[in-house]
Amino acid sequence: MRLATPSKTSPAKTEQIILFRVSGQLFAVSSASVQEVRSADSMSGAATEISAHGIRKVRHVVRRGDRSIFIVNGAMHFGLHPASAPLLFVLRKTRTALLIDGIEKMATMTRLQALPLSFCHEERSWYRGLTALDQTVIPVVRPDGFLSSEELALLDAALSPVEKSSGEGLDVAGSEQ
Amino acid sequence: MTVSSASDLQSFVLLRLGERRFAISASQIAELVAPSRVFRFPHRTPKMEGVILRRGRIVPVCDVSEALLGKRLSSRRFYLITARQYGTQREWVAMPVSGECELINAEVTAAGESDAPHVAGWLSHDGDVIEVLNLDTLTPGPQEMLAEVVTPSGPEARP
Repeated sequence: MRLATPSKTSPAKTEQIILFRVSGQLFAVSSASVQEVRSADSMSGAATEISAHGIRKVRHVVRRGDRSIFIVNGAMHFGLHPASAPLLFVLRKTRTALLIDGIEKMATMTRLQALPLSFCHEERSWYRGLTALDQTVIPVVRPDGFLSSEELALLDAALSPVEKSSGEGLDVAGSEQ
Repeated sequence: MTVSSASDLQSFVLLRLGERRFAISASQIAELVAPSRVFRFPHRTPKMEGVILRRGRIVPVCDVSEALLGKRLSSRRFYLITARQYGTQREWVAMPVSGECELINAEVTAAGESDAPHVAGWLSHDGDVIEVLNLDTLTPGPQEMLAEVVTPSGPEARP
């Protein structure tokens, strides 16, 4: 008797995510998008102040090699109440470091649902979509959604002459974790 | 006196928002469900409250009571899950309602030029004249993004 060949089931596509909080609100980000996790204090020595008109969420910039990384206050970006943000995510392939309250946990995302089309304002650039995890719905942030190209141009223009030599390249060289 | 033939009649779901009743074409209704936990996250789209989980799907919750009544619902008993068309895409949108819903057959009168954009038509039922709602104008969608280009105003985030 010949047994039927068991049908091959392709493993569900999964993605490792980091759940983190900003002003108490839970978010997720792909762990592959996070190049470094640093304490905000450890960056304070290297950070210099910056003030770009209309971009209140960025107050500091740090030099990394020949690049400038802008530190984005997550609470201000999302319009949440300000809270202490002792941690920083340096986001890969962006010029953004994100100030957060803390990391909740790591998890595996099996399904990312597109943001419903009813949400039709800025949040469409903030989020890759939504995921359901442990009966909770969590927005998955888009790493390049924290600073638009217009904002980056304004921030670049606001850099001091010394810092202006930074390139426009994407990847942040070297991990120092 | 005119007598409506069966072919003139269309199916509508009557819903209650506060003291008022409205109608939506039955073809746009998916189901009526008990309230469940609303998951909220930061966004900037007016009327949107968050999302609910329904049968494994993430369904946005849109409260249209303020647009229709001028105030928010004090009590909500159910979510009416409607199907909203976005171009070729059809998505579910949950609307909080304050009472049970009723399926009726009625003849609809088309909306006039002076009617508000959210009015798709009118029907008469139990002595009441009831607005038939146009979900495409009542719930947010890409047309809002187009309007935003014309009048760029930055509403506060709605966590």
